[in-house]
Parts: sequence; structure tokens; C-alpha cells
Amino acid sequence: MAQLFTKDTQAIFWNNNTSAIQRMLDYDFVIGRKTPSVAAIVAPTGDSKFQKFFWGGDEIMVPLFKNTAEARKAFPKADVLLNFGSFRTAYDVTMEALHIGGFKTIMITAEGIPERLARGMNAKARNLGVTVIGPATVGAIAPGAFKIANIGGTIENIINSKLHRAGSCGLVTRSGGLFNELSNIIAINADGIAEGVAIGGDRFVGSVFIDNLLRMQDNPEVKYMLLLGEVGGTEEYKVIEAIKDGRITKPIIAWCIGTIAKYYSSGVQFGHAGASANAERETADAKNKAMAEAGMFVPSSFNDLPNKIAEVYGKLKAEGVIGEITEPVINAIPSVRKSKNFICTISDDRGDEATYAGFPISSVATPDTGKGIGDVISLLWFKKQYPKWATQFIETVIKTVADHGPAVSGAHNAKVTARAGKSVVESLVTGLLTIGPRFGGAIDGAAEHFKYADDNNLSPAEFLNHMKKLGIPIPGIGHRIKSLRNPDLRVVGLKKYAAEHFPSTPLLDYALTVEQLTTSKKDNLILNVDGTIGILMVDMWRALGYSEEEINEFISSGTLNAFFIAGRTIGFIGHVLDEKRLAMPMYRHPMDDILYQVDMAEEIQ
Amino acid sequence: MAQKAIREYDAKTILAKHWNKYFPDFTYAYETVMVQNGAELKSAALEKAWLANKPLVAKPDMLFGKRGKNGLVLFRDAKPGDVSLEKAASWIDEKSSSKQNVYFSFHGDTPDGEAKTDFLTHFIVEPFTPHEQAEEYYISATCVGDDDVLYMSAEGGMEVEENWDKVTEVTFAITDTEEEIEAKIRANIPKDVADKDKEGFAKFAIGFFKAYRELNFAYLEINPFVMQGSRIELLDMVAKLDDTAGFMMVEQWGDIEYPTSFGMEEKSPEVMAIEEADSKSGASLKLTVLKPEARIWTMVAGGGASVVYADTIADLAGIEDLANYGEYSGGPTTGETQFYAETLLDLMTRTKDPKGRNKVLIIGGAIANFTDVAKTFTGIILAFEKYAEKMKDVGVKIYVRRGGPNYEKGLKDIKEAADRLGLWIDVYGPETHVTDIVRMAVEG
Repeated sequence: MAQLFTKDTQAIFWNNNTSAIQRMLDYDFVIGRKTPSVAAIVAPTGDSKFQKFFWGGDEIMVPLFKNTAEARKAFPKADVLLNFGSFRTAYDVTMEALHIGGFKTIMITAEGIPERLARGMNAKARNLGVTVIGPATVGAIAPGAFKIANIGGTIENIINSKLHRAGSCGLVTRSGGLFNELSNIIAINADGIAEGVAIGGDRFVGSVFIDNLLRMQDNPEVKYMLLLGEVGGTEEYKVIEAIKDGRITKPIIAWCIGTIAKYYSSGVQFGHAGASANAERETADAKNKAMAEAGMFVPSSFNDLPNKIAEVYGKLKAEGVIGEITEPVINAIPSVRKSKNFICTISDDRGDEATYAGFPISSVATPDTGKGIGDVISLLWFKKQYPKWATQFIETVIKTVADHGPAVSGAHNAKVTARAGKSVVESLVTGLLTIGPRFGGAIDGAAEHFKYADDNNLSPAEFLNHMKKLGIPIPGIGHRIKSLRNPDLRVVGLKKYAAEHFPSTPLLDYALTVEQLTTSKKDNLILNVDGTIGILMVDMWRALGYSEEEINEFISSGTLNAFFIAGRTIGFIGHVLDEKRLAMPMYRHPMDDILYQVDMAEEIQ
Repeated sequence: MAQKAIREYDAKTILAKHWNKYFPDFTYAYETVMVQNGAELKSAALEKAWLANKPLVAKPDMLFGKRGKNGLVLFRDAKPGDVSLEKAASWIDEKSSSKQNVYFSFHGDTPDGEAKTDFLTHFIVEPFTPHEQAEEYYISATCVGDDDVLYMSAEGGMEVEENWDKVTEVTFAITDTEEEIEAKIRANIPKDVADKDKEGFAKFAIGFFKAYRELNFAYLEINPFVMQGSRIELLDMVAKLDDTAGFMMVEQWGDIEYPTSFGMEEKSPEVMAIEEADSKSGASLKLTVLKPEARIWTMVAGGGASVVYADTIADLAGIEDLANYGEYSGGPTTGETQFYAETLLDLMTRTKDPKGRNKVLIIGGAIANFTDVAKTFTGIILAFEKYAEKMKDVGVKIYVRRGGPNYEKGLKDIKEAADRLGLWIDVYGPETHVTDIVRMAVEG
């Protein structure tokens, strides 16, 4: 791969460093990227599921994950990890990412990772063919395509330094602080950079000068390179070797900073941890001399560097190696941006016609669309187009739970309220408010507990034992009057539908083995309608390809209850309208139906 | 940052602490004390009977080697191995009472180069160990390039450098497993090691290299160690730690001090104050005073930029004009920048230039990635306000060059403040080459 990054490159950002991520997204917007360069954020201690960022004047949400593995699974195309862990955690984060696999480039910002750990980490990455940028770096940039975090600085500086579009220089530095400076010098004296990497200031960094220069040699966009080295180490000599043996043929402008170090015997650390000359050949002067002898373009001093760049660029331009650049149009970021207080991801009323998850209402409303209320629920509740067997199952459930007579607590409440002269909505909500753990809650409970038992491979006997220990009756098991011999026909219907239309029903199959055991103890301990609905919902989601975690989340967020609420609302409204029609008077409960036992209150001293 | 030398006493203490883990087949008596004067040694003898009962060896423990050749190892009074507690205490007092000359390199026994002169402040005292020359061995380990290298020799002692051709070098990749390491060491035991000691040497070397790796030493040398059957004596040690591993090694290293090398100027209170501030900050604040009476002072943002400014000053003005080296970076707060600037201004306004020239303050920096320039400059302006009169007294010309977030405001603010305070100032932004203000300052 000759190019480090392209316009399609996406990264997973480890640590929710919002200002650095916002800088990346601002850059994306300015250069007209289609997708945000940060696909996901790993925030181990955060509780949110996403973080809002500006995208130009708008806002977008970038999903948050608890760990790298989950983020990677959700975004398999994001092959860059931006590791913003501290020096205490950055090593573990990198090693875990290498273990998970799939990352092509890992950038590590922390300074001062223990040397032995850094060496092991770099060696492992190298063996796996993963490019490590850093540790102790501000990152890298492929102008016009992808920019890591803070490199390049502000948008104004990026544009001034022509970092918003590809030029022709390949830039490699040790220092991140001088990276912008060099980009600026190159923009003033040439046409900007095609790719730039600050390799990092620690003594042991992953990719070194030669790794990056060899890649740039193969990158057709790079016409010449600029190498800014530093006193200490021998990495520059590897570049000299590559020139000598012909692996590098493109012109290199080079300079090693730290020529001053020769004046001080020891004790003064000039620059980075990696910068300390242990031998004559590691001094800046020796390296500058050797690089000049190898045919690199070496200025007489750092102050003379701009002239050298202008000279090499001018020559390549005259020879036709470098052509003219058409300056691209750039998107401007509004100077005032307001963060939104509310987010909506299910419907949109801004266009000509309001939509449900992208579908105009008219495209799902009338019978000729072939869509039913199950389709609308799948769009608005799950933001997915469920297949027919699933939407019809949802409709079956809604119809099945729509009413269960006037005596159940919710219907009774609704009727009492309606008779007190209250409106439909007031009467309805008093009914709905009874829905919960005892009324309608068995759907949730059955799904939760049966799924737990199935997930943990509990035998029916073990499951019964488990529930006994929890001290609760098994939700979804038992009926007042129905039994195996006298089955509940609603249950029969649901089971029949599932058998005919579901791809498979593993949880229902399991639940029926449990039912065999419970009914052997008592005849009416059958799988009831609530249990059947909850369990079949789990089977439906499994067949639709949801992960177990996603299904657990549906259960814990109360989605199953929602089906009951949606269905039973129909029945409650029926009872309320019934009361209105009948014009029944205010209800008063008969006193002889109440057990009165009222003792005189004791006085407490 | 990174590799830091520690005292011989501390190196031995670390090894002794983990002795049974790495050297289960050997014993080490760990009879060693570090003292600063004779009285301390005598009071240590109240707890450690061997100090009074055994003949002693005393030598300075201040990071420099060649102590024998410098005549700074006390092992004889009338004859070798007869140094009493009393004698050691009086010798320590004598050697620490006046500055001593120390040479760092020798040609044979003749000193080579210039001596450094300083007080001896720390001494290590141990029992005198009678042994044969043949029982002395050499071992050391360090990192060369990307690999670790283990050096082993049957010729330990003062002459190991002269006999470097007898040293066996074994190179290990960082990815080598324990089995690979063991096999490599066993295959490379120096042939001069006495046959009876070969197995013991191998075991000791394996444990040594493991300790070097696992305890995060950057350099570890024992020259010599004495092997008498299963009994080991560590006669002399040199060690450096990778201090970036300090957070993982709190237990393993214990309380470790990183002394300045002998003959180095003591850190001034100003430098120590900056180090203190640096250690408490997420930002980086670094200061080295090179020549306090010199005329050009730098206050440069960023590690790389600070080097190119120093390079350029040396090129254009000459090294004798450069007063300090240092940098501030990583988004220091206004308060931190103010403190840093005040420290510099205080140092540079203490004396006038002996030749009557202006002093020069270079407030330099590259184009910042994320440091808010206006915010850091606010700190510098506050320092100007405090030191304006002194700066005018000694005659300071200020040259500013900076870019990055909010730089326009920063430059405008600092220019206005200097003008208001009557200070001479020139300010430049990213359109001016980063080090060009050095040229202007030197020419102006």
C-alpha cells in the first residue's frame, strides 16, 4: 500500500478527546469528505452511546463503544486506530488492538511509554505488518484525504499551509511541533505536501524514517521528500543505505537539528528523549555531512532550509516532474455553530413529505403499498424494514393483546376514570399506568428469564431451580383455567404461525421442554400467551440477525412491554368509548365489598 | 526522561530485593551501606555488626567509574584488607572535606582529558572480600539499536576495557522467549570461564539478564562479580533505569534517587523550581541555564523548535552568547507560562552585559498544533508587567515569532503590552521563517 491514507480511510478513536475529533471532522468537512474520518470512539468509562460533533454547520453523531473489540466489530472498515490513551494505558490499548487484528495503522500519542514495552509493541506490530506511528507523536496527514487529530493545527493554518489538498512533497519529521512549521515552509516555497508523518519523539518509535520514506518512494503522488532528523540515533543512515542501493530514487531534502549539542559535553538534553548522541556518527553534524555525501539536498543551516526547498521544487517543476495544481473548492465552516438539544433518528418532517425512517408516509400508508402497521412499527421502532413474516407476526401480537375484557386492572381503571367524566386521553392513561411488572409484565419477564436460561444452557430442571432461588414464579408460565388438555387458542395460533413462518424458533423449542416439566407438576402450568409472545419475539429478533447483546438491550429497555402497550391501548380506548356511549354515572365501590379494620392510632411519645 | 543513572548502592539494593527470584541458586550477603560522612558510618555500625567486625572497603558512590585509578577506593591501611571502621570513617571525612579531582578516562594509568572538581558527598562501604583474580567475572547488559546485548567475560575488574576482545557479546531481539534467551546464553558462555564455574556462570547470567529485562534497567553492569561456589559478591556495579517505567516499578525499585553527575553544576533554585512545576503539570516546562551572564535568552515553545533556535543562535551569534536552553509546550496554562517567563526574566535581568550591549530575549516558536497562543502570551505579558523596569535597566530587546491557534491576538496583545510598558519589541507571525528573528536580533 503506497498511500498511508485515502479519502475513504476511517479511524476508531480511542479516548473521547472531543476537541481533537472535532478538528478531524472540521477538516473532513472542509475538504469535502463523504464520510467522517472518525467512525467510532472507544470511551471505556463513558455511559453514552454516541457523541455529537459538528459537521460543518450541522451535527452528526459518532457512536461510542466501551472497548476496541466492539467498535472494530461494528466498523470493520475502520482500519486505523488513533490511540489517545495515556502513557499508562497506551501500551495495553495497542497490544489489544494488535490482538483483535484488522488495523493497518495504529497511531500512539502518549509520551513516555516504558521503553521495554514500547520495543515489544513495535516489534509485534512490525511482525504483523501494522504501521505504528508514534509513540509521542502528533500524528500524520494525507492532505485532502485524512488528518489525524491535531496535526496541522487550526483550519486557518491548514489552509494557509495548503494542508487541505495534496501537494508533491513527502514530509517526515521526528518533531511534531516543527511539522506545521515545515508544512508552512513547504507551502510558501513549493506546492505543499502529499503525505506527512511525525514519527514521534520517544527513543523507540514504531515506524522510523526509512519505513515512511520507502512508502513515499512508492507513492506516485510524492515527487520528492523532506526529512527532518535530529541529533542522536542512527536512523538517518538507513536512509543513506537505501539511496545507495537504489531503493530510494526520489530527491530527498534533509536536515538534522541539534547541531548545537556538540558544544556541550553531556548533561543537556536537547530536544526529545530520542535525541542524545552516543557517538560521533550520531551527532547532527556527522549525519548532515553523510546525508549530503549520499546525494541528499542538505542546506547549510536550518535557517537556509526554505531556500533549499525552493531550489529542489523549482528544479523538479522545470523538469516537468511536478505539474500545476488546480486549487480545489473548499467548504467553509460557519463561524457560529449551535449545538442541538434534541436528536431524532427515526423520522423527518423537513422535506416535502414527512418520512418514517426515510420512507414517505404515503409510501407505507395505503393498502396498495402492501404495508401494514407491522411495517410502520418496524420502521419507527427499529429503523429497519422487517420481512413480511416478521411484520405480520408483530401485527398478530398487537391483535392478540388488544383486549382481555373489562375486569383486568387497566381496563377497570380506564372505565372508572371515564365514569368520573374525564376525557378519552385521561381515562386511557389511567389504564396504561397499571401496565408494568404485574400487569402485562410477563412478556418482558418471560423473554428475559427464558433467554437467560437458554443462553446459559440450563436444563429445564436447572431453570426451575434457578427461578426458585430467585424466589419468583416463572413469568409466562401458568393460566387461571387453561391446561394442556384445554389449551389457550391464542397460544395455539401464535405457535402455529411461528411454526409455519419463522426460519427457526430455538427459544420456543426450549420453552416447550420447560412446559413439559412444569405441566407434569401441575396441569395448568402451561406456557401462556404472555410467555409465548415474549419468547417468540426473541426468536424473531434472532432470526432477523440481531446480536444477543442487542436483544438483551431490547428487553431491558422495555421494548416487549411496548408491544403490549400498543396493542392494549386499542382495548382501553374501546372500554372508554363504551363508557361514554353508555353514559354511566360516577362509580362508587360498594362498601360491603371492603373489609374495614381500622384501629385507634397509638400515640408515640 | 528515559534513561537515568542510579547509585551503585541503589542498584545493589534492587538486586538484593529480588535476589531469590532471579538467583535462587546463589547467595548474596548484601552487606553494604551508603553514608555521607564518618559519623553516619559509625552510627550505622551500631545496627550492622559487620561494619565493626570485618575489614572494609570504602569508595565514593556518585555515578562515576574509574574510582580505583583515581585513587578513591580505600581497601588498605598498612596492607590490603586491613581497613577498620575507624579508618574508613576518617577517610570518608577527609575525602569529603575538600573538593576532589576526578578523571573520567585513562590511558593505562595515566589520566586522559580534563579532571572535574567537586565535593564527594556519598560513599558506599562494604566488607573487604578476599578472593582470587580467577574468581572475578564481568557481566553487563544494555540496549543497542532495537536489541538487547549481554556482555560476558571471564576477565573482570579494572582492565575489562583493555581486554574487550575477550568479552562475549550476545544479542537478543525484544521478542525472544525465555527459552531462546536461556539457550543463547548457554551457547555463549566465555570459554575462559573456569570449567567448574561454567554451569554456575550460565545460571547467574540467565538470572542477571532476566533481572535486567524485568526490572526495567536501561543499563546494568557488574564489574567484577566474584563467584565462590554458590556465594556471589557484587564488587562494583553501574546501573541506569528507564525512568518511564517508574509508574510500574514503584514496588520493585523502592525509593530511588536520580543524582546529578559529579562535577555538574548544582541545579540552581530557578531550575529546580521549573522542574517542580513541570512535574505537576500536564504541559512540559524545561529549563537549562548554560551561561547566566550571556546575552541571548530564549523562551521557545516546543521541543523541536527550541533545538532549531539554539542551533541557529550557535551558528549566527556563537555559543558564548547563548544563556539558556529550554522549552514550554503541551498547552501550559497562563499561570504556568507566567511562572516560566518570570523565572527567565529574573535570571536575565540580574546583570548587565559586560560589553554594554543590549540583551536579547527570543520569544520563539513554531506554528502550534493546539496550544492557544494568546493564552500563553497572556502569561508572558503578566511577567513583563512585573519585570518591565528591570528589563529596561539592563536593556532588553524582545523578538517574537509564533503561529498557531489564536496567534494574531497573541501577537497583537504582546506588542501592545510591550509598547505600553516602554519595552523594545518586534513581533512576527508564520509568514516569517521560524528562526529568522535570530538573524534579525544578531544583525540588529
